[in-house]
Amino acid sequence: MSIEVRNISKSFGAFQALADVSLRVESGELVALLGPSGSGKTTLLRIIAGLETPDHGSGSVLFHQEDVTAHNAGQRQVGFVFQHYALFRHMTVFENVAFGLRVRPRNVRPDRATIRQRVSDLLRLVQIEALAERYPAQLSGGQRQRVALARAMAVEPRVLLLDEPFGALDAKVRRELRRWLRRLHDETGITTVFVTHDQEEALEVADRIAVMNKARIEQIGTPEQVYEHPVSPFVYDFLGKVNLFRGRLEDGRLTVGGSQFGAGAAGGEEGSAAVAFVRPHDVEVARHANGNSIPARVDHISFVGPFVHVLLMPKNGEPIEAALPRERWRELNLQPADEVFVEIRSARVFADDYSI
Amino acid sequence: MSLVTPPQLAGPSSKSAAMRPPHPRSAATEPRWLKILLIISMVGVLGLFLILPLASVAVEALAGGVKAYVDALANHETWEAVKLTLIAAGIAVPLNSVFGVAAAWCLTKFEFRWKSLLMTLIDVPFAVSPVISGLVFVLVFGARGWLGPWLAEHNIRIVFATPGIVLATIFVTFPFVARELIPLMEAQGNEEEQAARVLGAGGWQTFWRVTLPNIKWGLLYGLILCNARAMGEFGAVAVVSGMYPGQRTVPLEVESLYTGHLESTVPAFAVASLLAILGVVTLIIKSIVEWKYRQELAATRKQGTEE
Amino acid sequence: MRPLFKQRRVVPGFGLSLGCTVLYLGVIVLIPLSALFFKSARLTWPQFKTVVSSDAVMAAYTLSFEAALVAALVNLPLGLLVAWVLARYRFPGRRFLDAMIDLPFALPTAVAGITLTTIYSDSGWIGRWLETVHFHAPWLMWRGFDGSWWPFEVQQFTSVSYTPIGIAIALIFIGLPFVVRTVQPVLQDMGLDIEEAAASLGASRWQTLRRVVLPELRPALLSGFALAFARALGEYGSVVFISGNTPLQTEIAPIKIVQELEQNHYAEATSIAIVILLASFFVLLTVNLLQRHYARRGMA
Repeated sequence: MSIEVRNISKSFGAFQALADVSLRVESGELVALLGPSGSGKTTLLRIIAGLETPDHGSGSVLFHQEDVTAHNAGQRQVGFVFQHYALFRHMTVFENVAFGLRVRPRNVRPDRATIRQRVSDLLRLVQIEALAERYPAQLSGGQRQRVALARAMAVEPRVLLLDEPFGALDAKVRRELRRWLRRLHDETGITTVFVTHDQEEALEVADRIAVMNKARIEQIGTPEQVYEHPVSPFVYDFLGKVNLFRGRLEDGRLTVGGSQFGAGAAGGEEGSAAVAFVRPHDVEVARHANGNSIPARVDHISFVGPFVHVLLMPKNGEPIEAALPRERWRELNLQPADEVFVEIRSARVFADDYSI
Repeated sequence: MSLVTPPQLAGPSSKSAAMRPPHPRSAATEPRWLKILLIISMVGVLGLFLILPLASVAVEALAGGVKAYVDALANHETWEAVKLTLIAAGIAVPLNSVFGVAAAWCLTKFEFRWKSLLMTLIDVPFAVSPVISGLVFVLVFGARGWLGPWLAEHNIRIVFATPGIVLATIFVTFPFVARELIPLMEAQGNEEEQAARVLGAGGWQTFWRVTLPNIKWGLLYGLILCNARAMGEFGAVAVVSGMYPGQRTVPLEVESLYTGHLESTVPAFAVASLLAILGVVTLIIKSIVEWKYRQELAATRKQGTEE
Repeated sequence: MRPLFKQRRVVPGFGLSLGCTVLYLGVIVLIPLSALFFKSARLTWPQFKTVVSSDAVMAAYTLSFEAALVAALVNLPLGLLVAWVLARYRFPGRRFLDAMIDLPFALPTAVAGITLTTIYSDSGWIGRWLETVHFHAPWLMWRGFDGSWWPFEVQQFTSVSYTPIGIAIALIFIGLPFVVRTVQPVLQDMGLDIEEAAASLGASRWQTLRRVVLPELRPALLSGFALAFARALGEYGSVVFISGNTPLQTEIAPIKIVQELEQNHYAEATSIAIVILLASFFVLLTVNLLQRHYARRGMA
């Protein structure tokens, strides 16, 4: 079941949540809507679910080429997992999951035995059969999350929509659950869209990521595409750490102090301001000068995971962060206050109309 | 569907059974003697102002012995009064409950213009003196009121008759249910209703299966307060009833017996004891419901905020 | 063709519930209340002024106002004491007393009225005792502006029933739960940590209470006071028995309204009522504004 969103706009009073947004999710895909709060990602998800209506006269939502814009939330057959789960607090886990089946019109409602069977299957799928008679208040956050998912799946939805599914969980549970969501998706093959503000989550789980900013989709692509080839300064900045070098364009190159970067397809007129974006792992540290390198002093060294993060202070300008593999760091034998040279392995230059 | 094994997760969080910290701690408490002194003065205040009057009702009602008490109650006019009170409360309480639920629904589940004005207007009857609550109905339906001449022509009596008593009762108990439900439903938000809609439930299904079970204790709480006031209202009803025999609710009967029997207060207190029992029963049910209702509110707060 | 649809709301029933609410509110509350205002609008100013400035009505207003003020002021310390003990101490019978606080809400006012009258009468439980201790209390009585700038005179009363003191007692009974029930939850939620913080910074217990706890309670105390005061202004059932209704001495304003109505004097009754009504609206509006003010400062 594919999902297509065409030219949707949505405003709340004076606030524009979505400006002419279009998106296509292929059948069986797992897509993440990634962006900071207020970027419109949750609104887009809710419009797909039918929980929010697009601005009058703007765009349409299609499920499998069928226009569902005028269908209400109940008619769209979507599974929606709310950010805070929205479990029915006065119903047991079993009753929560069974709800969607029990409220069907009499002629299409499954009989009791079928409902019982389907709910048990789902509870087994999410591995909480033992908790069937508990109430939501008696569950941990991770367990509630799985009840919410089972409840959404019970109505055999055509698409699964999740709003910040792991946002309310602690870091460890979150990591475990998102791997599990990925596996669940691979098993069931249901078209899934989820909203997150956590880039790591999006990169790890999704087939494709739509990066949203200020009511628009800035870029959509595979995790590798958006991470390695960001199309805008915003995407560059939002996905991972980044060093900025501000300078001017000269002869198609960006000049920062004494150093120069290839400006690539940055555009912008000769002499205009521009910024180079450099990931910490594209910063190389050397003991000796090499033409284009920038002299700097080692300010601080920290060890996080497999990389050693080195904070470098150039003579003038902003501090630069470098991420070095441990071997390289050992090889260099860096110590705080050492004078070294910084080389930029690869950079992306954008015209300077973006501020962080 | 084959099984996908989810990661093993911790059991119910210990936080959900959060215990209050042991209460008195040294830095923030008074010396023992002062504590005891404060408790004694507080018990004194409550004893003097609340418990003494309640005890006095019982003592005065039984002052002439059990027989005098029973005689005073087994009186035709007393039962007429009880009947009228039950009619008035029997109409006012259900009407105000339906209204209360409707008002709380539109005020908490939706955003619209004039919402805060509507919220304020619902509380208005609380700000109006009971006597004035009766007066307004006399001004509309009385002999020289707006509709007085027309009603007289068609031989309809509202004021100084049962309909007036019912109207005045509805007016003074108007906000009780809505007032209890609005904060509760505000706290609960409408995510559960949205979830029900996404799962295919219709409007009434959503209300009966999701909303109503969530607010039942709050609703009952408001209903009980509403009923106590409906059965006990004096000022407003006194004004619209005209105090005619046969048009007296129980509180009016108490007044009539109290001012009419100078030789003995037993009949007045005997009838008053019925109302006192109503009051005490109300307090007991209220305490039980309150306890449930707090759990309801606490459960609301816990969901979503924890972890 | 594009489907036409209006702004759809996910949660249904907006029109139905709003319609019911507005209709019911209009029929039961707004139309009858507007009768009061239309009726008073038909009065001429001199008519209105004659009614409300007559000595009997002025005396009734003054008494209503004074007694309500005294009762609300007395309820402040009493209510604070009760709320404090209930919120902070554990002792046997606490839950029972906590439930009893709402007795004035649950006990019909007529019952409260005749009971208080009996207790405080000369032969009553407290009245008898007051006689033996030669109780007397002063009260400012309205005398009218007969040429002087000070329209009150001090009168001594030696009993409670059938005097302004009795009226104040009845209003204290009615108003106590308002103060307790607004202060108690604030005390319960306040938590001991701010007091412990104050103590750790070297404040004495008394300083902590005065400079930390009391300011935190101020919004609640103020609204409790105002609610008790507004309720007392209009109270009728519990007062009518204990006051004795002596003209110029113990007639409160609601009693004047009833008396005028009994003689079919609609205009007079309306004039007296409108002043009381506006006064209670004013008090409650003030509470609302104060609460908003405190809420903005994050204190409510």
